[in-house]
Amino acid sequence: MAQILFYLLAGVIIIATVLAVTEKHAVHAVVYLVTSFFGLAVVFYLLAAPLIAVFEVIIYAGAVMVLFLFVVMMLDRGNPEEAKRPTLMHCLPALVLSGIILASLVLLLLSQPVPGINGTDRSFLGVEDFALTLFRKYGVAIEIISMQLLFAIVGVLYLGRRRKP
Amino acid sequence: MIVPLSHLLLLASILFALGVVCVLSWRSNVIMVLVGIEIMLNAAVLVFVAGSYQWGMADGQVFALMIIAMTSAEVSLALAMVVYLHQRRKTVDVDAFRELRDR
Repeated sequence: MAQILFYLLAGVIIIATVLAVTEKHAVHAVVYLVTSFFGLAVVFYLLAAPLIAVFEVIIYAGAVMVLFLFVVMMLDRGNPEEAKRPTLMHCLPALVLSGIILASLVLLLLSQPVPGINGTDRSFLGVEDFALTLFRKYGVAIEIISMQLLFAIVGVLYLGRRRKP
Repeated sequence: MIVPLSHLLLLASILFALGVVCVLSWRSNVIMVLVGIEIMLNAAVLVFVAGSYQWGMADGQVFALMIIAMTSAEVSLALAMVVYLHQRRKTVDVDAFRELRDR
């Protein structure tokens, strides 16, 4: 059951991401990307990470993508019909480079077996395990994250300050 | 295990390659470049969560949380910079921003 669900979701994620990459209008691209993130959140839930799934929906699909939508709608782009999609000649180097990256990753995956525990003795990771790991083992990570967000606030306030004309 | 780890890594590789295509090919819109960076970071988050599930430890989820927090900080700064550049140049074309001087 979970297996079928995973492959369905993988198809949805890839199709939505391809549509987001090839879409001409930025608003449509952002909405396709939100679809992809919802699918990814369900995959995280299937991978026994319910907290990360919730954060994915709240922070990525909820906050970051809405920020993107605000900026896309706030910028007066003139008439967006003129916004041209990159031509195939422009895309060709990107396609070649990413094709090489993808091919090397797939070859690496196929060439050697993936290590890890293969069995059913894996204990389920609950929110409690996550919290214990986060606050006991990686307590300094919380401080780093909070400092990072503080620096982001300072930077955004500096960039968005009112300037004299 | 619902699926083998290699399938998850394959999905993450495909997502990463799509993000690279998005970043490299959308030179006419800087917002789409940021969208491509988002896609690549999501592939990284997927790898971390898959590893956390494979080895049964929560460390990968902690790093996924760190990536999510880092992304929100990065996106807010980058979008503020996009708005600032658009105020100065009235365009979001990447090729239009080729000067480093300050007025």
